[in-house]
Amino acid sequence: MAVMTLVEAVNHTLHAEMERDGRVLVFGQDVARNGGVFRATDGLLDRFGAARVVDTPLSEGAIIGTAVGLAAEGLVPVAEIQFLGFSWQAFHQLAGQLARLRYRSDGRFDCPVTVRAPFGGGVRTPELHSEALEAQLVQCPGLKVVLPASAADAKGLLASAIRDPDPVMFLEPLKGYRLIKDDVPEGEHLVPFGQARVVRRGDDVSMIAWSAQVEVARKAAEVLAEEHSVSADVLDLRTLVPLDIEAIVASVERTGRAVVVQEAPLSAGFAAEVVATICEEAFYSLEAPVARVAGYDVPYPVGMLEDRYVPDVDRVVAAALRVCGA
Amino acid sequence: MTLDLHEPALTASGEPYRVLSDDGTQVLSAPPEVADADLCAMLDEMVKARVASARFFNLQRQGRSGTSAPIDGQEATVVGTVAALDPATDWVLPQYREPVALGRYGPEVLECYALYQRGHPGGGHIPAPIRVFPMQISLAAQIPHAVGLAWALQLKREPGVACVFFGDGASSEGDFYEAANFAGVLRAPVIFLCVNNGWAISTPLRNQTAAGSFAAKAAAFGFPGVRVDGNDALAMYAVAAAARERASAGEGPTLIEAVTFRMGPHTTADDPKRYQPPEDRLPWEARDPIRRLRTHLEIRGLWDDARQAAAEAAAAAAVDAAWERAEAATAAPDAFFDHVYAQPTPRMERQRAELRARLTERGEAAWPS
Repeated sequence: MAVMTLVEAVNHTLHAEMERDGRVLVFGQDVARNGGVFRATDGLLDRFGAARVVDTPLSEGAIIGTAVGLAAEGLVPVAEIQFLGFSWQAFHQLAGQLARLRYRSDGRFDCPVTVRAPFGGGVRTPELHSEALEAQLVQCPGLKVVLPASAADAKGLLASAIRDPDPVMFLEPLKGYRLIKDDVPEGEHLVPFGQARVVRRGDDVSMIAWSAQVEVARKAAEVLAEEHSVSADVLDLRTLVPLDIEAIVASVERTGRAVVVQEAPLSAGFAAEVVATICEEAFYSLEAPVARVAGYDVPYPVGMLEDRYVPDVDRVVAAALRVCGA
Repeated sequence: MTLDLHEPALTASGEPYRVLSDDGTQVLSAPPEVADADLCAMLDEMVKARVASARFFNLQRQGRSGTSAPIDGQEATVVGTVAALDPATDWVLPQYREPVALGRYGPEVLECYALYQRGHPGGGHIPAPIRVFPMQISLAAQIPHAVGLAWALQLKREPGVACVFFGDGASSEGDFYEAANFAGVLRAPVIFLCVNNGWAISTPLRNQTAAGSFAAKAAAFGFPGVRVDGNDALAMYAVAAAARERASAGEGPTLIEAVTFRMGPHTTADDPKRYQPPEDRLPWEARDPIRRLRTHLEIRGLWDDARQAAAEAAAAAAVDAAWERAEAATAAPDAFFDHVYAQPTPRMERQRAELRARLTERGEAAWPS
């Protein structure tokens, strides 16, 4: 075990995967000479050379579009979109092409592409750096949507993503790049997709989250335990596609109450999918309506206002107390 | 000897490069060195493309085939280019009008096209190792894919190029500019084949670009752009061969603008009489690409009426065979769950089970698979 920040774990894993498999290629804007604007790809150029670590022209659409062709010729592209909010400029290639290569070729082509992109608020960025677009990506069948919330998972899930034969959107919590720090297993460490992580066991209410909101939910659970004697079960979904329905249902069947936390705008966000799943699969275990804590239905706000937009511990605690009837 | 694509006469400001006169009776430039048998194979393929196109048009009118985009008038653009490629190493990325003319890559391409027209999932599965991508519907989206394929060949130090077809309309999409710029920077072995057929459905050239030509756009990407007479199979062959040689030698991409004309409607769902003045089409009737190559080959003693009849009969037989196969093809009613992922997600498995149960209940599960 070694303690690493989340971004160090990403960097460590990229080194290990490029070492393991000569077909792995890392490319995007500023990933080579600069090592990525967050240093996620630091040192790769020196170690693996300019053929495998490539600074591309500034073009999200062509970064994703060329990944499709590279994959079809048997390489394993790991593309970086500098900020997920910029992926709007690649959405036609993500949704229309990358997600569908295997499907539209009726299984001829594998598409082992990993697209890494940081997202999420709380760091006072200019416009379009913070957007949480996971629900839009979940609506693109063919993509897998993976969101690590710990450094250990950043390693285990990224290694699984790079080895996966299908395109994986690997969405990294921007605010957590250096704030999230934990023990990362040494050597081979693979976290399979579709298995949620129990962050904390509790009996009174299930708190379901992913990415940076897992830490918000965990802190809320501490407050609930210390100040309100409420014991919260905190579940990190880790991957939205595939979704660990069993873990959600098992938790809610035990607690009878649930709060789902997401950073994206409320309406039609992935939290709505989780709530619908609970209603379909665990309705008779529910003792109270399920609550959502989410961003508001507004464009991601400017820096002076964003702390009131991103779900915080207070809002999650309040929602939990509400569903607990306290 | 191949052409120097930097030669002024071939650059964007010049007239389209030609080898044959419009009617095929005169040789205006030195013809490319092509074996007699290969010349005849080109004409065979052009005849087949036209026959196939007409057949799919009629099948659509009979309600048996889906919407199709006739190739009429553009046969030389595709066949001449593809004749200069090496199917063992070179990728072709078609838009939707080209697949009927890619027989050089194997009969499977036409067979898949027929399946596609039937709405069968196998329509996109041109079997490996045939280096043809599924035809692209979303205009220009295939262009960055070609750059990715070419980049991969370059990284693997394998021979080969990627040749991507797109229209004058598609050249207005961001994907074209982004991908061409990418390829220029990477010096990727790509042939960008812009089929300038005058019309993007109802939108004429003047509404598509204010540039003097499409080839002129190559200057912004740092590689040559060449205007070629797209109705002249030999000119297309010569320029494509030169572009291929450049790419193979590590000199990077070439943009080829094939100047041609869409003699038919955009698709079976379109009526050009609504927007196209008849006088626009008239001059192109005298430049028919098939008659042009045929006349040239007749003068060289390589073609005659009997050879033409044989070509047409072979074309009809090939198209019939592909269509009969497609019409006999069945698909499981739940086949749309296949190949979304290498392994379906648990949720998809449940959805598939639900669909199967419903079909069984309705007695439909006996559908052939």
